[in-house]
Amino acid sequence: MSVIPLALPDRRALIREASVASRRRRTVAGLVAASLSVVALLVALVPIVWIIVYTISQGIAAWSVDFFTKLPHPAGIPGGGIANALVGSLIIDGLAALMALPVGILAALFLAEFSGRLAGTVRFVMDVAAGLPAITIGLFAYAVIVVPQHHFSAFSASVALGVLMLPIVIRAGEGALRTVPNDLWEAGLALGVRRARVARSIVIPTAIPGLVTASLLAISRAVGEAAPLLFTAIGSQVFSTSVGGAMASLPLVVYQNGIQAYPDLQQNAWGTALTLLVLVVVLNVSARLLARRMRRHAR
Amino acid sequence: MSQLPMIALRPNEMATLAAETQPEPQPAMQVRGLGVRFGSKLVLSDVDMSFPTGRITALIGPSGCGKTTFLRSLNRMHDTTPGAVVIGTVLLGDTDIYSSDIEATQVRARIGMVFQRANPFPTLSIYDNVVSGLRFNGIRKRAILDEAAEGALRAAALWDSVEHKLRTSAMRLSGGEQQRLCIARALAIEPDVLLMDEPTSALDPIATMRIEALLRKLCERVSIIIVTHNMQQAARVSDYCGFLMVDDARVGHLIETGPTVSIFSKPRDSRTEDYVTGRIG
Repeated sequence: MSVIPLALPDRRALIREASVASRRRRTVAGLVAASLSVVALLVALVPIVWIIVYTISQGIAAWSVDFFTKLPHPAGIPGGGIANALVGSLIIDGLAALMALPVGILAALFLAEFSGRLAGTVRFVMDVAAGLPAITIGLFAYAVIVVPQHHFSAFSASVALGVLMLPIVIRAGEGALRTVPNDLWEAGLALGVRRARVARSIVIPTAIPGLVTASLLAISRAVGEAAPLLFTAIGSQVFSTSVGGAMASLPLVVYQNGIQAYPDLQQNAWGTALTLLVLVVVLNVSARLLARRMRRHAR
Repeated sequence: MSQLPMIALRPNEMATLAAETQPEPQPAMQVRGLGVRFGSKLVLSDVDMSFPTGRITALIGPSGCGKTTFLRSLNRMHDTTPGAVVIGTVLLGDTDIYSSDIEATQVRARIGMVFQRANPFPTLSIYDNVVSGLRFNGIRKRAILDEAAEGALRAAALWDSVEHKLRTSAMRLSGGEQQRLCIARALAIEPDVLLMDEPTSALDPIATMRIEALLRKLCERVSIIIVTHNMQQAARVSDYCGFLMVDDARVGHLIETGPTVSIFSKPRDSRTEDYVTGRIG
């Protein structure tokens, strides 16, 4: 009977020793893991920072008033600008937003308000669509619009970009509409107001900042895409505002000038790339600021 | 507002008066054989009760007994919940509100509702909140809206403090004021019945007292059915009471109804007595 009490101090010492050893081991393992994560983080940051710094250093030299207000010069003649591509991007992206945003926001309302097999299917399809290669969408717009019409057009480019924007607006818009408290739905319904009117006059206005954020995110994704434009807007050296014909746009300038042998064309490509970079940053930052403001207002 | 304590005491006396000296008025609403199911789960079963016109009826009982479920079946709010099934008859006057030729929106325009948490529309001004029920149902005439807004805000004892800031956001009001704004919003469509789901449970005692004082005046123009988990509140404000409780299968039943005075002083059912004396719940 007295064996157990005698053994106790030994066991204690054993456990204490094991604990000290284990702590030493864990300290070392923890240090190694932490340093590896830091290294991985740096490795991940390098290309991103590099791209940004490189684009700025290459592109800033091209920036001037002429760059933004003049038309492109033929190859070999220095100077020239991207005025037609700026306006072209504005028209193509604007038209795409005009087509995609209303449809997308209404679809988001459907997803936010109706739970059922159809909503689940739509949600799944939209998640898949968000990962659809942009060039596939471009090829699709080429097949169904450009081929039957026998000519390239800004309109077909807008359709392609609109399709690209849809899944983004729908999923982000659904998130925004879901943040509207159910209390407000009930308050509206309890006044004898129809569901459609509650949605239009109460729920959508309350979700507006979030819906704007969703729209900005979708636009910023579309602004930088070149692939859907390759077979549709095709690009142009002249100034055009006709959506029925070929049109210049910023990503196409980057693509077409960037692979030319002429240094001034290459420089214009970098200047345009920097313009796109700034545009996308501005769009994203405003989207984030709006989203934060909305959260603060959401009680 | 110096007379507030007095008002807080008076309702009970008036309730006593109403119950003992006057015959029970015609019912504004009546339910027969009412039951509510969510999917396969029965939540409320076999409720028969009537709600007298121009009186305040309180629904009391321990939490989870189905008070709110009962209340929400009275203006078809369960229509919006997937899987919810209401059985039995709910009469407003002599109209069955669940009859197939009656729309939920018509029902809710005559039976208003105030919720546990004040829920003014955050994007609308005070004025637009009050007239929202009218406006969203298609009334545009400025004169009608103005009159309804002032009338409803006066009835909710809010007019004097908001008269000069009708255009400011409703979210700038205090919690108690927001709740009174919600009451005004419900009154603006001139309902016959006002359902209130624990309207003061999120408010401080002073805001609560103001709303209780308000109810006494309101029942002259609208019959009130109020759910409360606060027995003292039921005793203070109501003329009639319904006591609900769950059975062993977690299904809610109406145990006892009657004038508030009788429920609190000489309950017929031992479970009611246990609850009102604080032994359960």
